[in-house]
Formats: sequence, C-alpha cells, structure tokens
Amino acid sequence: MSTSVSDRVIEIIAEQAVLEPSDVSLDQTLEDLGIDSLGLVESIFAIEEAFDIQVPFNANEPQNSEFDISSVAAIIKAVEGLVAEQTT
Amino acid sequence: MKRVVITGAGTINALGASVPETMAAMQAGQCGIGDLDIRDVERLSIRIGGQVKGYDADAHFNRQQQALYDRFTQFTLLAAREAIGQSGLEFSGQLAAESGVVLGTSGGGLNTQDENYRAVYEEGKNRVHPLIVPKLMNNAATSHVSMEWNLKGPSFTVATACASSNHAMGQAFWLVRSGASRAMIAGGSESMLCFGGVKAWEGLRVMSKDACRPFSLGRTGMVQGEGAGVFVFEELEHARKRGAEILAEIVGFSMTSDASDIVMPSKQGAARAIAGAMRDARLNPDDVGYINAHGTGTAANDKTECAAVADVFGRHADKLMISSTKSMHGHLIGGTGAVELLACIMALRDGIVAPTIGYQEPDPECALNVVPNEARDAKVDVVLSNAFAFGGLNAVLALRRAP
Repeated sequence: MSTSVSDRVIEIIAEQAVLEPSDVSLDQTLEDLGIDSLGLVESIFAIEEAFDIQVPFNANEPQNSEFDISSVAAIIKAVEGLVAEQTT
Repeated sequence: MKRVVITGAGTINALGASVPETMAAMQAGQCGIGDLDIRDVERLSIRIGGQVKGYDADAHFNRQQQALYDRFTQFTLLAAREAIGQSGLEFSGQLAAESGVVLGTSGGGLNTQDENYRAVYEEGKNRVHPLIVPKLMNNAATSHVSMEWNLKGPSFTVATACASSNHAMGQAFWLVRSGASRAMIAGGSESMLCFGGVKAWEGLRVMSKDACRPFSLGRTGMVQGEGAGVFVFEELEHARKRGAEILAEIVGFSMTSDASDIVMPSKQGAARAIAGAMRDARLNPDDVGYINAHGTGTAANDKTECAAVADVFGRHADKLMISSTKSMHGHLIGGTGAVELLACIMALRDGIVAPTIGYQEPDPECALNVVPNEARDAKVDVVLSNAFAFGGLNAVLALRRAP
C-alpha cells in the first residue's frame, strides 16, 4: 500500500512539474521542482481525486496548514496518513 | 472637461437593505458574515458568507418579475430604486436619451444557472423555464434598470471579476466627464452564494472557514458576500441647477493590466493603477486621507496591496488610513467596489472612516494604518477606492468631498 501511495504521489507531482517520475527525488521541495502556488493547488486536487481524500490545505497559510508540504517525502507521509485514516 | 458628482446612492448587502443601514453598520464595525443558508450547504467545506439574510423577494417583485429577475438583478433594482429616488432625477426627452446604465458583475445570474443545471443534470429534467437565458445573462440587470427608469443612453455590463464595478463606475465617470451624458447610473451587483458558486471558490483554497481578517497576521483568506451598490453620477452644473444634494465628487480614474499571472497579484500593476488615478485627478500623495482597500484577506493580495501603496505614497503611506470593509460585508466580487464606495462617501461626507474588523495582530508585511476594529472620526478631503481582479485587471477611483 505504502509504495503505491508514494509512486502515485510522485507521478502526480512529476506531471505537474512536467518531469519524469524518475527525476523527482524525495528530498526535493516543490519550489525545487518549479511548482508554484497554482501548481500546488492543482497537485492537491489531483491527490484528493486519486485517493478520494480531503486534504486540509489553505493557500493563505501554507506553512501553518495541517498538511505538510515542505518536501516530496513530507507530502507522501501526509497523504499516507490521510489514506490510513480513510481506511480505518 | 465636465466635473462629475454623485447625487444618489443605493444598496442592499449583508450589512443592510439601504445606504443608511449599511453606513451605520460600517460605523459600528458590525460583521455581516455568518453561516450560509443555502441548499446543499452540508456538502461544502466553506460554510460562511456575507449573505443577505431575511430577504423576501415577494415583498418587492411579483411572480412575473421574479421569472425574469435573477437574485443579482433583484438586488440591482432595489439599489437603483434607492439611488435614483434620492437623486430626484426623472428621465425623459434629451436627458433620457443621453443617460445610460453601466454596471459590473462577474457571475451574472449564477443562481439561475445553478438551479437549472441542477434540474437537468441532477434531477434529470428535460425541460427548463423558457426565460432562463434572459434571466441569467450578465447584462440582465443593466437592461432592467434601463427599462424601469427609461434610460436610453450608453448602457452595458462590465465583467472584470473583482474589479467589475470599479471598471463600470470608471466608464460611467468618463461618459459624464466627456460631456456625452449628463447623468449615468453606475455600480455593480453579485449573487454567487449558491452551491456551485461557493464550490468553485472552495477549489482555489483561498477561502476562510472562520472570518475575513484583512491585513491581520494569521488571516485565513477571503469570504464571499452578495448584494448590490448603485449610484447616480451627474454633471456638476446639472446637479447644481436643480439643487440636488451632492454626496461626493469623482475626480479621477485609472485602469491597468498586470499582464503577468492569472491569479497572483502584481505590485507594479496595482501601483500603476493607484498612481494613474492620482495623476488623472491631479492629486499629490499628501492629498489622500483614506484608501478603501481591495483588502481581500488573502495572504497574497494584502501584502501586495500594502507594498503598492507604500511605493506610490512613500512617507505619506504611514499617515493615510487604509481599511477593508470586506471584513464586514464579505467580498461581493463583481459588486464589491460599488458597496465599498459607500465607505468612501461616508469618509468624505460624514468624516467617519470605516474600520477593518476581525483584526488580531499586526502583520509586518502590512504595516500601514489599517483602522483596526473601530471606526475613526477624521476630516478627509480625498479618498481612493482600489480594486484588483483575478486576471490582473486593476481599477482605481479617486473621490473628493462635495464641492
């Protein structure tokens, strides 16, 4: 389960960044990948659609959102958490 | 060039169903934002708005009229009735031929669209009311005002998202200033508080779930409102000759386009619009006592707007007052500049500057005098009204105390 969440999130982020999934590494930030605030909101929408979850994110205070977007790894971890909540 | 004055004002919005009610609420720092009362609200994650509560369409319009008037048109007609009534103008002959209507809206008859899409898609109906198109079209409100008051001059609707009504009022101002019309009806209206309307805004992730706190540290975004503001713009000598009460003078207008991003605002675009309106009105920075800010309560707008004001005004930026009344009535999108013009008139005529309510803590990126939480008494000679739309389209008006 965990691997597939990770692969799917990386795929979504890569698509937004117009990169191959293999070019996205876990320690990168969205800024590193050239994803701006609009791209971020689109990525979150794609993640919500892919996993049928609600991501708590407000673009006005991205740093204070419950959803950690500080790196690709952080996003994957947060999505895994939300998916786990969904299935339990 | 002719001089242009305001001789009538009308409104309905979350703060009140008339100009006196709205100004009293602004002066008291009342909040018109509350729980949304709309169909399917339980499927929304944003459940607050500046809704016009207790509105009874039957009290104002008969069944045939309601079949033609979307909520945004109804709001417009009520505001126009108050404004034109106050002005005392009657339109006939040559005055009717040159007087027109320019109104702003972004969503037009969005409630009508929402209801009818629901009927055909969700409820599977294959038939809709025959007058849906003339009810939902963006120019419906303009046309009905024109018909109701016999206004036969230049009339059209402007759609520039959150700057629509400032753009509309700017066009009307120019028509009177140029001598093309001695009187124009101008303003704007919006009614987007329906399931589809709020759902679309939710998607942008810029909406607050609790309150609109412009310029405050910890602000969480914008809150939508609804309603209308309508004004009578009149040539000064025409107004004087008939002894009309003058609420304020419009002295300048400017529009710019950021030409940069579809959602992120630009400091340069905003600053050029502010400076342009001052140049048009031949004002010095020191002349301006109050700015009614665009002040949406989003992180991006408020810091960009403050930076633009600081750039244009230099040291005077710390002396002037700037407040966002969206904290009280919400963001009326295409109608917002029109309702906010009331705060400008109140500052000029009554010497009362409306506050930015819900203000908690200063944000170093918005370090201006934002009139936090309580209205202030001040003698103000000149004010500006800012509007900066999605799509980077900016429109700023300059007004002066009645001559």
